[in-house]
Amino acid sequence: MLVRAKVNGEWRETDVWPGSSLLYMLREHLALPGSKNACEQGECGSCSVWLDGELVCACLVLAAQAHEREVRTVEALSTGDSLHPVQGAFLETGAVQCGFCTPGLIVAVADLLETEPNPSEATVREALSGNLCRCTGYEKILDAVKLASQRLQDSTS
Amino acid sequence: MNVDSGRTTGTITRAGAGVGTAARRVDGVPKVKGEFAYGSDLWHEDMLWGHTLRSPHPHARIRSIDISQAVASPGVHAVLLADDVPGKKTYGLEFSDQPVLAADRVRFQGEPVAIVAAVHPEQARRAARRIAVDFEILPAVTDMELALDSAAPQIHDFGNVLRHVRIVHGDPEAEADVWVEGYYETGMQDQAPLGPEAGLAIPAEDGGIDLYVSTQWLHVDRQQIAPCLNLPEDKVRLYLAGVGGAFGAREDVHMQIHACMLALYTGRPVKMSYGREESFYGHVHRHPSRVWIRHGAGKDGLLVNVFARLLVDGGAYASSSSAVIGNASTFACGPYEVPNALIEGTCVYTNNPPCGAMRGFGAVQAGFAYEAQMDKLAGALGIDPVELRLMNALHTGSVLPTGQVIHGAAPVREVIRACAAIPMPPEEPAEEPGRRDPITLPGGVAGNVGRGESIVRGVGFAVGYKNIAYSEGFDDSSEARVRLEAGPNGPVAEVHCAAAEVGQGVHTILTQIARTVLGVERVILHPSDTQIGSAGSSSASRQTVMSGGAVELACRAVEEELIGRVVERVHPEGGWFATLGEGEVTLNDQTVGRIEEFLDPPIEQVRTYHHRPTEAMDQNGQGEIHVSFAFAAERAVVEVDTELGLVRVVQIAAAQDVGRAINPQNVRGQIEGGTAQGLGLALMEEIQVVDGTVRNASFTDYLIPTILDMPSVVSEIIEEPEPGTPFGAKGVGEPSTIVAPGAIAAALRAATGRELNRIPIKPDDLVGLNPPVKPKGPPPPAPDVPGPKPVPHYVGLGAGQQEIGGEGGKG
Repeated sequence: MLVRAKVNGEWRETDVWPGSSLLYMLREHLALPGSKNACEQGECGSCSVWLDGELVCACLVLAAQAHEREVRTVEALSTGDSLHPVQGAFLETGAVQCGFCTPGLIVAVADLLETEPNPSEATVREALSGNLCRCTGYEKILDAVKLASQRLQDSTS
Repeated sequence: MNVDSGRTTGTITRAGAGVGTAARRVDGVPKVKGEFAYGSDLWHEDMLWGHTLRSPHPHARIRSIDISQAVASPGVHAVLLADDVPGKKTYGLEFSDQPVLAADRVRFQGEPVAIVAAVHPEQARRAARRIAVDFEILPAVTDMELALDSAAPQIHDFGNVLRHVRIVHGDPEAEADVWVEGYYETGMQDQAPLGPEAGLAIPAEDGGIDLYVSTQWLHVDRQQIAPCLNLPEDKVRLYLAGVGGAFGAREDVHMQIHACMLALYTGRPVKMSYGREESFYGHVHRHPSRVWIRHGAGKDGLLVNVFARLLVDGGAYASSSSAVIGNASTFACGPYEVPNALIEGTCVYTNNPPCGAMRGFGAVQAGFAYEAQMDKLAGALGIDPVELRLMNALHTGSVLPTGQVIHGAAPVREVIRACAAIPMPPEEPAEEPGRRDPITLPGGVAGNVGRGESIVRGVGFAVGYKNIAYSEGFDDSSEARVRLEAGPNGPVAEVHCAAAEVGQGVHTILTQIARTVLGVERVILHPSDTQIGSAGSSSASRQTVMSGGAVELACRAVEEELIGRVVERVHPEGGWFATLGEGEVTLNDQTVGRIEEFLDPPIEQVRTYHHRPTEAMDQNGQGEIHVSFAFAAERAVVEVDTELGLVRVVQIAAAQDVGRAINPQNVRGQIEGGTAQGLGLALMEEIQVVDGTVRNASFTDYLIPTILDMPSVVSEIIEEPEPGTPFGAKGVGEPSTIVAPGAIAAALRAATGRELNRIPIKPDDLVGLNPPVKPKGPPPPAPDVPGPKPVPHYVGLGAGQQEIGGEGGKG
């Protein structure tokens, strides 16, 4: 079936098997593999994307549900060599190890900081409780969120 | 450094972002941008998707397989069975006992039976469902003690004992003033790397194959793949795809041979990428264990005698089980001086899922038991548990139960003291019940329906240790090539090494070492592949030492050649002292030019790093078994809701012996991540296997710690350089995983007063609904086996790793 969606600012159309998830469409049809396939049942958050501005697990959304809607993925966060502040903070704090959870976490953190620029640690933990990381033990991810929050506030103040 | 070989001497002044700095990850930018290509991200024009049909039964005979409907299914290009394996029908890390595809018998649920290639992955899945396999179900051996029964069905023709290790040290009959005894169990843990098993096989014009794969060890994969494909090794070329975590799960071959078979058969690129459920069936797990253990000490608190009987379940195939039981047995007494001991460890075959490498590798199971014993002993003696550990701690010069003397750094007391000195977390404010933020209650917002009325705090302490690199006579060397050439903005070093970057940061470490040794800013890392010699596995906490050592050696050889070239070109008569630094060359303090002026032609050197040799165990388990050791201590502070059985780990304090921190930020990341996996084992992670069948192969049912489960980890890095390693470094990946379960279990015992002798510890255990696990009987007698080597060795089963690295086990 044909699905047409605005993906990272550009209207794209592709012919998918009706059972395909949005994640499969992004990764295998639209050459956007940044959203990851770690659990395929909405437990790990590695495929977090924005669908009409709402944070969703792309593995739980049918490709067809994205028809005529707007999708934004991790690939939209940076332009050229310039990183999003959340991406830079993940690098500096050592919050990246294998990196498989990283794109989903970065999307989730960017989403959190858009609505809550200065979250408490408890708020961060609750907001990211749907994003599994197997490498870091989360300590440096919390550091990254703090650093990104600080940077974003500094840049807007 | 000074190089003094013949007439050339010289030094290089070091550059920044080298050893000892928190250098940024070399793969960091593509990873945060979502551009880093993992195995599951690979794509090729015209590629097909492979899929595996797996056995639903833990033990069955295959009467017949009908593939006619599958072959006729839409989009299908190949359906292959055991008869289609072009060469050798079996493979294995240490022993070649595992069929590429089951021929007449399946020995565990999830064993591959057939493989399919189709245009769309869904077509491949549907076609696989149309393969009709006629199974005759056989009685399954699913209990590790019953596997030792002489009447039990035999998993393999040569019986159910995979290996039996017997270590006799001093006088095992030695008397002690105080004895404590315990029985301990650990469950089957999954590595659960987030990246699935995945790769892309591309048939080549020369009849060979190019395989891009997420793995821990390219060369041992190739060594197993090539004979099964009936190809010479030089026609099987492997390239490291991005690896989304490993932790031991990628040490065994998973989809490699299957994808290559499908690609060679169809003449088209074939991608395979497991889903999460298949991943649980597609890799080995941490061995479940049962440990009977008795400690004897003098009234003064010094250990006198330890008896330990360990039994681990290897599952259906050998994987690295023989080395795991070797490790568990040699570490059974913990990081303590024990003058007398009898340790017997057995690994059995069963029809359960195969077990093999996972972070900590046998030392985790032993650590849970011996640290519980140390606490019991402290209680019996009336000595503070931390003090008891300090009194008995190993140190340089100590003799281990294997007779091995520790020659390297062993700052065990320093590690214990540093950990104990980390400030305790504050008590929760003494608020009225009900006023506490529910997210801070044990169980958090998801599980705790109380208001914090019945919360008890407990503190526990554990110490542990792990061997670095492979053991028991195995020469797991690493090779590196370093090329120094002139670039537009100064000299550029290129480093080529097959070491697998699995997330631990080894690629960054290698560039840091090159930068420091050569004194150049620009270091480029060549992709890891099989065009260079083996780097050994990214396991056993070994890559910093082994591949770091190879890069250091190659850099020093480049440096020596460069200095020789400078002297020869400028003052061929000799007698000059060359200095390389700040990008310039000086001779007897006179600047003669920029380094890059002397790099035509570029300088290239290849070197191989070997650790010092080790030995196989003798009949009494004696020998120079391990290369070196790393130690760690952790203190856990927990809160238990004693009515609901829910737990919150409040803080982990950690101290770890790292030799020298090449990248301190990375070291802390390893301590934190290793602790998280230890916490998972202590509190929640277990593959539920019922009658040989996995009941929770998903992230919905197999829980790994989330950011709400993990406490703050406060770590202290202890640096006492290890002789003979690059910059004195030790590996850092595993020790925290070994100590975290023991520390958390001890803290829970302190909070509840319960025995808690099995991990993971469940809510029902904490509220007393589950009694402590009881042994089925006395420690099983030693099985009748020819000697200390694994049984497959005696029956002449084709060896695996031994062909690369010499005889022996691993670590």
